[in-house]
Order: sequence, then structure tokens, then C-alpha cells
Amino acid sequence: MKSSVIVFPGSNCDRDIAVALEKMQFKNTMIWHKETVLPKSDLIVIPGGFSYGDYLRSGAIAGKSKIIDEVIKAANSGCLILGICNGFQILTETGLLRGTLLRNKNLKFINKDVRIRVMNNDTKFSNKYKKDQILKINIAHNEGNFFTDRKHLEELKKDELIAFKYCDEKGNINEESNPNGSIDNIAGIFNSKKNILGMMPHPERMIDEVISNKDGLNLFSSLIN
Amino acid sequence: MKITNEIVEKHGLKPEEFEIIKKLLKREPNLLELGVFSAMWNEHCSYKSSRIHLKKLFTKGKRVIQGPGENAGVIDIGDDDAIIFKIESHNHPSYIEPYQGAATGVGGILRDVFTMGARPIALLNSIHFGDPKHPKTKSLLNGVVSGIGGYGNCIGIPTVAGETKFNETYNENILVNAMAVGHAKKDKIFYSKAKGINKSVVYVGSKTGRDGIHGASMASAEFDENSDEKKPTVQVGDPFTEKLLMEACLELMKDNSIISIQDMGAAGLTSSSVEMASKGSLGIELHLDKVPCREENMTPYEMMLSESQERMLIILEDGKENAAKRIFDKWDLDFVVIGKTTDTNNLTLKYKNNIVGEIPIEALASKAPIYDRKWIKKKPQKNKIDLKNLKKIKIEDALINILSSPNHSNKSWITNQYDQMVMCDTAQKSGSDAAIIRIHNKDKAIAISVDSSANYCKSFPLTGGKQIVCENWRNLIAVGAKPIAITNCLNFGNPENQEIMGEFAECLEGIKEACKFLNYPVVSGNVSFYNGTNKKNIHPTPVIGGVGLINKLSKPLNHKFKKENSFLLLIGKTFGHLEQSCFLKENYSIDLGMPPEINLLNEKNNGESLLQLINEDLVLSSHDVSNGGLITTLSEMSLSSLYGAKINKPKKLTNLINYFFGEDQARYVIEIEPHNFTKVEKILKNNDIFFENIGYTQEEYFEIEGELKISTKELFKINNRWYNNY
Repeated sequence: MKSSVIVFPGSNCDRDIAVALEKMQFKNTMIWHKETVLPKSDLIVIPGGFSYGDYLRSGAIAGKSKIIDEVIKAANSGCLILGICNGFQILTETGLLRGTLLRNKNLKFINKDVRIRVMNNDTKFSNKYKKDQILKINIAHNEGNFFTDRKHLEELKKDELIAFKYCDEKGNINEESNPNGSIDNIAGIFNSKKNILGMMPHPERMIDEVISNKDGLNLFSSLIN
Repeated sequence: MKITNEIVEKHGLKPEEFEIIKKLLKREPNLLELGVFSAMWNEHCSYKSSRIHLKKLFTKGKRVIQGPGENAGVIDIGDDDAIIFKIESHNHPSYIEPYQGAATGVGGILRDVFTMGARPIALLNSIHFGDPKHPKTKSLLNGVVSGIGGYGNCIGIPTVAGETKFNETYNENILVNAMAVGHAKKDKIFYSKAKGINKSVVYVGSKTGRDGIHGASMASAEFDENSDEKKPTVQVGDPFTEKLLMEACLELMKDNSIISIQDMGAAGLTSSSVEMASKGSLGIELHLDKVPCREENMTPYEMMLSESQERMLIILEDGKENAAKRIFDKWDLDFVVIGKTTDTNNLTLKYKNNIVGEIPIEALASKAPIYDRKWIKKKPQKNKIDLKNLKKIKIEDALINILSSPNHSNKSWITNQYDQMVMCDTAQKSGSDAAIIRIHNKDKAIAISVDSSANYCKSFPLTGGKQIVCENWRNLIAVGAKPIAITNCLNFGNPENQEIMGEFAECLEGIKEACKFLNYPVVSGNVSFYNGTNKKNIHPTPVIGGVGLINKLSKPLNHKFKKENSFLLLIGKTFGHLEQSCFLKENYSIDLGMPPEINLLNEKNNGESLLQLINEDLVLSSHDVSNGGLITTLSEMSLSSLYGAKINKPKKLTNLINYFFGEDQARYVIEIEPHNFTKVEKILKNNDIFFENIGYTQEEYFEIEGELKISTKELFKINNRWYNNY
């Protein structure tokens, strides 16, 4: 499998995701934002960070960058796209994913390990997980409070487009287990064709027992399948 | 313009210093030159009051590649790996403008580290605030924490450890010390010393604005009621640009283009250019028309004194300009050749084809004044505290008062605002004795901790200085690391006051003695004087940042109890020293008496023996005993885990308060498997270590035989109580 990681000025999880992809035997290429041609890839990852300083609005400038046109083209032709954290914010700015990410409910940056529940394991991103499996995973963001309109929310539910929801250790999805105020505890969503996943938590941080755990590995092994 | 006495004073220079300037120049300086002198001769840049004392520090060692005097210290951690690190203060700006002050403190220390060729891998901080009830404390705390997080999170370097303390001594002068740690290849370290004549001097990074003019001079004076007016002297940080600058510099460092490189920190263009020239015994000529400016009509004076952030000065090898420029173009950063090295030994400033300033480099650097300020020795305090005269308190209540106090409460509400995991090598985060960062793609790791003990230093600086080095050393040992070297940030009051200068001299003497005995050299640091407002000085607060090495990291060691029915051993002797203790401070508001004695021999022996136990894989969890004594240590081990402990009453020391709350030094609590007891006992006895078997771990409850029984969950709640109500 070939993967490409888009690097914007201010991306800072680009190395981390590259390490994870290479560990899982992806043939990975880093793509600088000024490039106008994307190599043929099975997976494109938009990593976390503060693209263009997140000035204006998180992901807003990256969403209008040159390379993004190529990402949109690839997405429309069925290429798998994974946006993590700032990558998720960028995907919503491009319109590839609907909804938006508001400031965290407590108005502070939050970095901690939280639990998320796998809501749909019948996708290219999640087939190695069990349905309702609980993952311990790190979040690190200022604007991770997912919001969308009622109609889209209904669609997300009906078409099983919710990838992950924040939960507690036992899998309960409630206000206490919602770290940032996201609507319905949503931590990650798919587009309607399920070839695009945007998520706030960082699976690339959970691939090594010495550092954290291996709960993120199966996302990558699902993809390589 | 005629330089009047008033202008001289406004530049923070004394009349007698102005006389020296005239002698060195053999004429009167113009305003630009006076500005350059003030930037170089202020306390912050020249270390004029501290230099003769700093020279006495212990700075050498087998693993020291670069000691104090460069942008940061460099140590050898084996193979081809070097660790580059330093701590620096940003106290004054953070009090005036907490967010930007703290943010640019982080930015500045990061530049010191990547200037030398290291990729930063961790950030730490030590922040001190006034009484939580003081009207300014809350907003200063919020501002500083957001500033530290805002910068580190954006640039993508994990903030992994630190300390947050409160004491009324900082009511009107908070402390914000930031430490950065980077990793480099031993043969790829870059220095600031200029070499060769007619080499291009290149300006890279952000444009120069009018922010931060006279910042370093501001940081070299006490505050008064008009300090809010000093806001314009605080710089504004842009972590996004710093990220670009860091990546561009690290990219340029891959080949051999750079002769020397220096970041523009305090005193900006002035200090960077003078430092490079001075170290290389050369002259330097700058064409100020070429300096990229953010604002129109900036004068040479403003350009030379601006402390705009995210800028670097580089001296390049011949013919490397174009390739280097391509890298900076890629990252959309300015890259302008603004001058050259010369053989004149002068700083020559040209503007619109005129020489607007010319000063011999040595007048700015080696000939800057050095003061051997008068100081007085602190007399040992004799006020003995008799427990019998104090109102009786139950052990349980005393413990609760400590655990729920601002200084001892859980700080995760702060550390959760910092990205601790980015770069994916953080094996241990804040909240343990030391953070552990793995070296990327390797098995080895470093442990890092920052520590201070201002109350001990205030009551008896010599012991306080020793204690703080030992405590830092202990924190690294407790996570299984071999301590290698330290950086220090010396926060003190007004050095012109003989008592304060005494605190400085004696703390330094203490630091030196401990460093020497423990073979724990100082490789970098920073001095911050004039911490005070209207003649009220802060407590002497030296902060030590230590780095230790873990050769093979399999599983990070921390202080959380791991299972039930493990044995608990207390390593080190308990005498029950209560003067200057948390017990007296938090329960009776008493801070009298002497700090606990430091016995360096025991310190070394106990620490090295524990390290031996850890290396033989005999320790399940370990924690050093520090503020709050044994009972606080044990509570911390309980409340952070699922297990509690059952502790026996001591056999020898009959007064339980002394036994459980005494702050005797060189002690650790360890948890071991019962079946390993004989092995552990043998090693400790062989090494002549005093230890006690104090009890065992159990499910759910923290218990002292016949005295108290609290569930670990309850302890956790108590420990989080203060912030939840703040």
C-alpha cells in the first residue's frame, strides 16, 4: 500500500504518522504543501498540527491551499483519506466532510488519554476492530468540539457514518465522558462513501506499549488489509 | 543629540558606567551607541553581578561536551548522541504580560537549543505565583499556563514536566522559567563563535518590529507601581514562524554551510552580532538598511534594540548563500545578507552609506563591568519549634491539609493544557518524579526534572542550594535514570542589597558543593536578578533542571503502587526534621527554623544503591521522600494507583508527627516483590544503607496502623479539591 502524508507549514504530527505508517509497512511519501502533483496513493493522510499557524481559523488556510485541490480530486475518485486532529479540521474546511469543529467546551487546550468506542467496524478504516470495542487514545486539541446540523446528524446516525464516540472506561456514552462538548460525543466521522475518515483523537500516538498502548494499530492494519 | 544624565539613567546605566564608556570609546557615544552599550551591559546580558560567583560552579565532567558560555549546554549520552539543554527565566515580561511573556520564554529557550543543531524533544517549566488569594494570581496563572501551552503545542514539542508553586513572596513578581531539551548528533553541533574574515552575516526568520525594545534592560531592574507602563517592552511570540525557522535551520544544518549561528534573544541583533564577533575575536559590520523590518521608518536604534522574536543570525561559508537561501525560501522566511565579518575588531553599524555607530567589540563584551558586590553571610536560625506548644492536630487532618493545599494539589488541570505526547516519544508524562523521553528510534531514554525549594533557600541558602541539587538528583534516580548534568536558573532579588547578594553567593556555594560531590556538573544556565517590586525581594529561588540517562528503556518506572501485598521499604534515615516543613506551613502557617541537613555521602550512597536495585529489576515502584515527608510520599503513591498501603507504626521514633511529616533528606520509598526481599536486603546491607521495612501494599485503603484509614479514591478527591474550588 502506498501512502502520502501532506505536510503543511505548521503540521507537527507529520513525523509521528509517518512512523506509524512505516511500522505498518506502508510505502510512505511526504508531500510538501507547495507541490502540485500527488503521487498515486492508496491512502492520503492529513496530519495534526497547526497548519499555517491555525491563524484565521483552524484548518481554514490549509483548506484553500494548492495541494488540497489534488486531495479533493483523489478523494472523489475513491482514494482513502484520513484526517487526524488538524487534518479533520482541514477536511471540514474543504467540504470533504460536513460539520465543523468548535472550540472545546471548557475553552482550553486539552491533552489527555480518553476512551472512544468503535461505532462502525464495517469500513476500510476499522475492520480490524470489534464493534463497540473501547480504545484508550490520546486527544490534543483546542478546537475538537464537533458540531453539525440536525439533518446531517440524522444522516450520520442512519447511515452509520459515526466512526467513534467518546465514552468512559465501561463504554458509557454520556456527558461525563465527553471531553470537549462534541455533539452526541462524536470523536470521528466518515463521509457518505466511507472512504474519508476525520477524527480528533490521535491513533498514531497509540502504537507502542513503551510509550502508550497499541490501541491505534488496528486502524492502520485495517487499512493495509 | 547631547547625551544627558537623564538619558543615561533611562538606559539603565549608572553615571560611573557612562564614564567608563567614554573612556573605552575615547569620546562620547551617540544615542545608538549608548543604546548598544545599555543592551550589552545590563545585568541580564552581562552577568556583571553574578559572573565572579558563577565561575566557581562545578562545570566539568566526562560527559560534558559543552559547559556554560554557549547558547546551551551539551552532554554525551553514548553512541553518537548528544543532549543539548538549558533553562531560562522570563519573569519580568510574564508579570507585565503573562501570555506573551510566558510564550516568548518558551520560544526563546527553544531557539537556544535548536541554534546548536538539536531537534528539541521536550519542554519543561518551573512557575511560581503569589498567594492564590492575591487578586492578580488567578489571571497571571491562567495567562502563563495558556502562554506556555500556546507556544509549545503549536510548535509541536511536548511539554512534559514542571512545577507550579504558590507563595506570597511572588505576589508582585512571578517567576516563569522554561527549559528546553534537544537531541543532536555529537559531530553536528553548532556554536556561536565566528571564524574567518569577509564571511557573509545573514539575517533569517521574522521581520524586525518595534516590540521588546529595551526588554533586557527592563528585566534588569526592579518593578514599581508604574510597571504596567512597560508593556511595550514585552515581545510578541509567533510559534508558527518559530516552527518554520526551526525546520529551516535544521535543514540548513544538514550540510556544512554554517560557520556560526546565534539566535537573536535578549538584546536582539546587538547581542547576537557582538557575541559571535567577540567569541571569534573578530569585527562585524552590519548594513542596517538591509534588515527586514515589519514597520516603516524604523531607526538604526530601534533595529539594534528590538527583541522581536523568531530571528537568527548566521555566518555562512563562502559561496553557500544561494543554496541556503533556497531553504529559507521554501519555508517562506526572510533570508538577507546584512553584513560581513571584518578584521577591525569593531562593531560597525552602517545606515544609508554612513557609519552610524562604531564600537570596539571588547568594550561591549570582555571589558563590560564586573562587580564583586558586597554580601553578608546568613546566620543560622535558632528558633526551635516545640510541638508541645502547638495546638494538637490529628495525623489525618494534617495530611488532608497538605494534600489539599495549593502547593500539593494535583496539577493535571495545568498539564492537561500542554501537549505532552506529540513526537510520540514521551514514555512518562508530568506527575511523576521525572519525565522520561525516549531517544527517537533508539532503546535509550533520558529522564528530566525541574525542582526548586525557595523556603529552604530563604532560611539557610547554603543548605538550600545543596538540597535542591540533591532533590533533583533524587527525582532522576527514582525513575531509574543515572543523573548526568544540570542547568540552573537563578532567580534572586536585588543584587545591590548585601543580604540578597549573600543569598546568591551562598546558594551558589551550596549548589557547587552538591554538584561536585555527586559529580553532577552544571552545563548551562541563566541568572535573573531584580526580582522584586518596590524593594520587596522574592525568596531566593534557584531552579535546577536535571537530565539523566536510562540506557535501556523497557518499561518506565514511576511512583504508582503496582499490586497488593508488595513490601514497602523506606531507604534512608528518618530523624523527624520539622522546621521549614509543609506540616508546619500548611497546618500552622509557620515557616521558621532551618532546612533539613544534607549529608552528601548518604545522598550519593542511597541514590546509587537504589539505582542498582532498579537496574537489577527489583523495584516495582519508587518515589523520593520530599516536601510533606513520608506520609505525603506514601499518599501520592496510593492516590495515583488502584492500591493503598498498610503502614506499621515506627519502632524507634515515638513521635508520629516527626516520623511521618519530617522532611529528612536522601530518602526514598520503594515497592518490591516479597520474594525479592532477601536480594534487596543483601544489596542494601552490602552498601551500608539504612532502611526500614515499613509495611505492605493492599487494595483500596491507605492506612497507618491504629491512626488512620482513608480510601485511595478519597485521597484522590482531596488532592483535587483545591483547584476544583479555585
